Amino acid sequence: MKNVKPRVKVPKSASAGEVITIKTLISHPMESGQRKDKDGKVIPREIINRFTCDFNGENVIDVTLDPAVSTNPYIEFDAKVPEAGEFKFTWYDDDGSIYEDSKKIAIG
Amino acid sequence: MTMTRRDALALAMGGFAASVLPLPALADATADAIAKFTGGATAGEGGLTLTAPEIAENGNTVPVSVDAPGATEIAIYAPGNPTPGVAVFKFGPLAGSQAASIRIRLSKTQDLVAVAKMADGSFVQAKSTVKVTIGGCGG
Repeated sequence: MKNVKPRVKVPKSASAGEVITIKTLISHPMESGQRKDKDGKVIPREIINRFTCDFNGENVIDVTLDPAVSTNPYIEFDAKVPEAGEFKFTWYDDDGSIYEDSKKIAIG
Repeated sequence: MTMTRRDALALAMGGFAASVLPLPALADATADAIAKFTGGATAGEGGLTLTAPEIAENGNTVPVSVDAPGATEIAIYAPGNPTPGVAVFKFGPLAGSQAASIRIRLSKTQDLVAVAKMADGSFVQAKSTVKVTIGGCGG
């Protein structure tokens, strides 16, 4: 079992309509499928292939990731906050696993 | 058939063209990937900023950011990597700006390419050369 841990940085509060910067990082080996082990066998590809962020059910960003994305994929982007609510972050692994995290944000 | 000076020149040019052909063939995978993204449309210039370091000491984590106000999607390609695709960002209705940063792997010194799909359906492209000291794709 991989030790996958998502980490997300979202401000605790924002004014209505404000644009905030969100930073996300997930610990994941992102095995590219290009490397070989010491016996010369190719290590199979095992990456996070998609990341999405939604706010109160509305999409903020949807990212498709390829093997060229670094280990522990870090993604930074901006989001508009029209009202108080919850950001939902989802990472999709090649092996079918889904990792989730969420962060509440208040208006004030 | 007599060989005129013109024929000889044409022959020489043909030989030259054949000898440089293998190079564009390498970049074809990227061209194909971009064509798939744009649907064959030609990408213009301007409106898209691709920020990447001039020199990346470690090809395993190269910080890259893209910014294209008014874009709906931005794709990044690394033509020098074993597979050219890097990432595609699709911006939803709540995206605060059409910009994002990510850390990527580069196997060698190369020209990074970013292509953005604008809201009106047109495409723009930007390039940035990154010198890589240590490649980041394993051996």
